[in-house]
Amino acid sequence: MLVLIGIAIIIAGFLLRFNPLLVIMASALATGLAAGLDIAAIVAAFGKAFNDTRYVSIIWIVLPVIGLLEAYGLQQHARSLIDRMKGATLGRLLTGYLLLRQAMAAVGLTSVAGHAQTVRPLVAPMAEAAAEAKNDALTGDQREEVKAFAAATDNVGLFFGEDIFLAIGSILLMKGVLEGYGYQIEPLHFSLWAIPTAIAAFLIHGFRLRRLEKRMQKTAAGA
Amino acid sequence: MITLDFVYIFAGIVFALFALLGLYDRRNPRRFGNAAFWGLLATSMILGDYLGDFGNGLLVLALVAIAGTGQIGRGRGGDVPAEVQAARALRYGNFLLLVALIIPVVALAGTFLFKWIPGLADPKQATLISLAIGVLIALAVGMARLKPPALLPLQQGRRLLDAVGWAAILPQMLASLGAVFALAGVGEVVGGLIGAAIPEGSLFGAVLAFGLGMALFTMVMGNAFAAFPVMMAAVGLPLLIKHYDGDPAVVAAIGMLAGFCGTLMTPMAANFNLVPAALLELKSPYGVIRAQVGTALPLLAVNILFIYIFAF
Repeated sequence: MLVLIGIAIIIAGFLLRFNPLLVIMASALATGLAAGLDIAAIVAAFGKAFNDTRYVSIIWIVLPVIGLLEAYGLQQHARSLIDRMKGATLGRLLTGYLLLRQAMAAVGLTSVAGHAQTVRPLVAPMAEAAAEAKNDALTGDQREEVKAFAAATDNVGLFFGEDIFLAIGSILLMKGVLEGYGYQIEPLHFSLWAIPTAIAAFLIHGFRLRRLEKRMQKTAAGA
Repeated sequence: MITLDFVYIFAGIVFALFALLGLYDRRNPRRFGNAAFWGLLATSMILGDYLGDFGNGLLVLALVAIAGTGQIGRGRGGDVPAEVQAARALRYGNFLLLVALIIPVVALAGTFLFKWIPGLADPKQATLISLAIGVLIALAVGMARLKPPALLPLQQGRRLLDAVGWAAILPQMLASLGAVFALAGVGEVVGGLIGAAIPEGSLFGAVLAFGLGMALFTMVMGNAFAAFPVMMAAVGLPLLIKHYDGDPAVVAAIGMLAGFCGTLMTPMAANFNLVPAALLELKSPYGVIRAQVGTALPLLAVNILFIYIFAF
């Protein structure tokens, strides 16, 4: 029971808005001590895991390219592309990206798009331009919401597409865990059972994107 | 053969250059903190395998100390004025788009290429290696045509990374915390608690506890992978599969997706939720989570129903 203190520290730390890196370290130390580990062992365990997961932070190498392209007007160009497309509404644009992201993730191409590679330089400015086509005075809050939805759409597309791919980590994990209990299941079965949820995710998030588009227009008309 | 080690060295060099340039950024009142932080990260990327577990742990403590005492700042200015960007956009237009698409296209092509032709690169890491190659090609093509000042990509890249700040290593930190939780057996304790809370004899109650448990425990851990083995051991296997004779493939596959709904709602999944908020320069770090809750909750309900309908 005592090892749950780490979870309590995380929740309290995030709620009280302490620096999350400090909160994580405090949680790791408290959890390790509660489990009877000594401090040196906890620090070593944390250091080993940090070193093993360095690939998570590799993505930042795209920033010099994004920085170069943005300095030469990539965001403006992405916006002007949308301005020139008559039929490009906010809802259609983000729903199209959702479908594309789900389809790519479903064939295993998870790192092809992402927040640094595609959302910041392309999808978010395009979404803003599409919203501005129907509402030329987006308020600061509306702009925030449009950008947040661009990022949210990337996440939803990724999460509910990737499990259709046979060789993704989560499928291998499921196979491994069930094998440990004596159930031999082909990865294809897990893949197929991810499809109903993928469709549901597309419908639910697509519906919310349409409502977002309407909401952006309505407030403009009322203002 | 190209392995992930080459990518780590490449990333280490990029972080080291960010640190060096940051050191000379007099507009940033906390430039020494920034330089130390990115410098340590560069050290971790290049020398991580030689530092030993305890050495890496000390490196992490130093990173946390720098960030936790507020020693990281950002230099004001440095961005290209919007009018200049707009004028350049008119001139270079689709070329910029082309260069931006080089990274995903090379990542895509390399992923297939390295799997078809063995021996070139580590096939297990094909996408990350291809991503790094895509970055190098995009940079070369962009520099050749745009002819910017030599340091411009690094300076602009550093500016973007400084805007993200310490949140850049949050995903790695949370993954490491998960390892300590696993070592301490947190999962088993939580699984036991949830298992004990299920009303006896109710199939729907068991499915509900399994789905909600996956989502909630994923929110705490920031990762459905950590929640899955625990919830399977506590509820999925003994109750849903053994006692009620549910289809293990359905329970596992849709249970995992119920966990993913939790991922959409937690700051602990920093790389998906907090990092993009910083990268898009949103006012609230929780803006992305707020946009996702409306999709995650109904989808969680759908997943729980799907297990109930399809597994039994």
